[in-house]
Amino acid sequence: MATVRLRNLRKSFGAVEVIKGVDIDIEDGEFVVFVGPSGCGKSTLLRMIAGLEDITSGTLEIDGVTVNDLAPKDRGIAMVFQTYAIFPHMTVRENVAFGLTIAGAPRAEKERKVAEAARILQMEHLLDRHPSQLSGGQRQRVAIGRAIVRDPKVFLFDEPLSNLDAALRMDMRMEIGKLHQNLGASMIYVTHDQVEAMTLADKIVVLKDGEVMQTGTPMELYHNPANLFVAGFLGAPSMNFIKVEVGSVGPGQATVRTPALDPIDVPTGGRSFKGGDKAILAVRPQYLTPTAPDAGMLHGTVALTERLGAETVIDVTLRDGGSIIAAIAEDRVLKPGTEIGLSFDAAKAHLFADEALHTEPH
Amino acid sequence: MAMVSAENRGLRLAVRYAVLTLVAIIFIFPLLFMVMSSLKPQAQLLADTSSLRAFLPVGDISLQNYTDAFRRAPVVTFMINSVLVTGITVLLSLAVCSLAAFSFAFLEWKGRGVILSVILATLIIPFETIAIPLLLMVSQLPWIGWNGLEFGWLNTYRVQIIPWVADGLTIFLFVQYFRDLPRELIEAARVEGATWFQVYWRVVMPLAGPVIATAAILKFLVMYNQYLWPLIVVQQESVRPVMVGLGYFFQLNTAWGEVMAYLTVITLPVLAFYLVLQRAFIASIASTGVKG
Repeated sequence: MATVRLRNLRKSFGAVEVIKGVDIDIEDGEFVVFVGPSGCGKSTLLRMIAGLEDITSGTLEIDGVTVNDLAPKDRGIAMVFQTYAIFPHMTVRENVAFGLTIAGAPRAEKERKVAEAARILQMEHLLDRHPSQLSGGQRQRVAIGRAIVRDPKVFLFDEPLSNLDAALRMDMRMEIGKLHQNLGASMIYVTHDQVEAMTLADKIVVLKDGEVMQTGTPMELYHNPANLFVAGFLGAPSMNFIKVEVGSVGPGQATVRTPALDPIDVPTGGRSFKGGDKAILAVRPQYLTPTAPDAGMLHGTVALTERLGAETVIDVTLRDGGSIIAAIAEDRVLKPGTEIGLSFDAAKAHLFADEALHTEPH
Repeated sequence: MAMVSAENRGLRLAVRYAVLTLVAIIFIFPLLFMVMSSLKPQAQLLADTSSLRAFLPVGDISLQNYTDAFRRAPVVTFMINSVLVTGITVLLSLAVCSLAAFSFAFLEWKGRGVILSVILATLIIPFETIAIPLLLMVSQLPWIGWNGLEFGWLNTYRVQIIPWVADGLTIFLFVQYFRDLPRELIEAARVEGATWFQVYWRVVMPLAGPVIATAAILKFLVMYNQYLWPLIVVQQESVRPVMVGLGYFFQLNTAWGEVMAYLTVITLPVLAFYLVLQRAFIASIASTGVKG
């Protein structure tokens, strides 16, 4: 268990900078998830922490020690790979014990630790099998077992569930969550799956193009996204973005309107606007409630409905031609073409400047 | 419909077997001719060559040619020399070339691309062009042996072994195979604390079975068939290999039966070696697309 500190960490491949000055603090025992779209640099960042990629500049501290130039094995980390990376020519037992064997650990200690890891991961019956005889989920268990026996200060997971099917992914996700509770170790987990991020993390770091977009607890990010990117990235279905014009501006709130939206007061979330600005109003689909066609704040016609049983997702075409998604927490039949109104709690909406999806202070 | 497709399948199977049989015959008949001829006296051997009898154990069959061949040349010495030189070269070559390839495939150092290209370029240089310069070089090289420092490697095993240990083709085979191994395996081993040599020894080599078999067989054939090089660097019978030993049998009146007996004997190690590694060899060709 240990803290991890990233200070202005940068990485370039030739002339291309892929990590552009990242600062992250990971506390002892914290489960931190790096999340972002493909190519955002989350895996590269993890590999830099692991020591598999050089650090171009900045400092990386694990447990108070600068480890920039230490070999992976000297950093006190263990890593679980997306492709499991278990050795096909060794039995499960040999795989799990690999690090200990390399370190020349006594036989008794090896057996004790392997047995302990096997018990935690419920794979005692697999120990003498070869990887080719295991399912995907079992292989991932072996990879995690190999990490556990080394008693690392920090566990690193690189999209460990991406190669599993949906049902198994959920099981393994819960197991990794339990593992964190039981071991209490610091864990850094990379994923592009926001459900994994939301459910596992104590702290989420949202990355885009090699920069941190926002850091915070899952609920902070969900309820108070710092910018359009984070707002759009977390939550399913994605947040609705409505182009609006700012009318009058008061303390902590602004009045906005569009042809499809009656003027309303929304919180500015500390961002500054002035009258006449173009802005983006962001509203979660779950916060929209259907009303009679002429009631509510937004008006349009139903284009499509998706009935999921417990939830109904409605795609509504607004009067100004825009499109908006509402997610209603009940089973509801709405024929395409039906006139509909939508209302929402303005206090739960977010207002962002209408620029490219840029970074803002967080 | 079912009838037609069954017939089709039968026909296709027949054609396939016909082709396979033909190919097998083409490869087996020379061997058959060699073995049968080794059992026949000179006159009958020559007479039989005009008919299919050449491939059949008919007429005056005996092992006389073998007795005569062993009397004419120190066959056992030649065999031991060849097996020793070939075996040691194959083992050293596997070790040296796989280590070199490991470095090219996994380690990062300046100029490795250029050096690998240069090594690959040596593949197009025929041995005949470097034979004489190499001879001049090895005739002066130093060596620390039982008698202290000495110069000149001629008439030794080492002169037949060392120049053949490292070669571009073997390195190339290993590099290609190593590059196809999943990178995460290497990284996982590194994270687990393995040194580069431990990665090589515990992870990469155990997974390299097919390419080891391919490289071993190719090297074995090259070494066992060595003729020109030992011919020029070895004058002593005690270290002479089998192919050079063949010269003992070509006289004014060549005893063809003895030649065939000698060839039969020296073919045995090749067949034995090939049979042992055959399965791995075929797997390797199927997986790397490299032909032997």
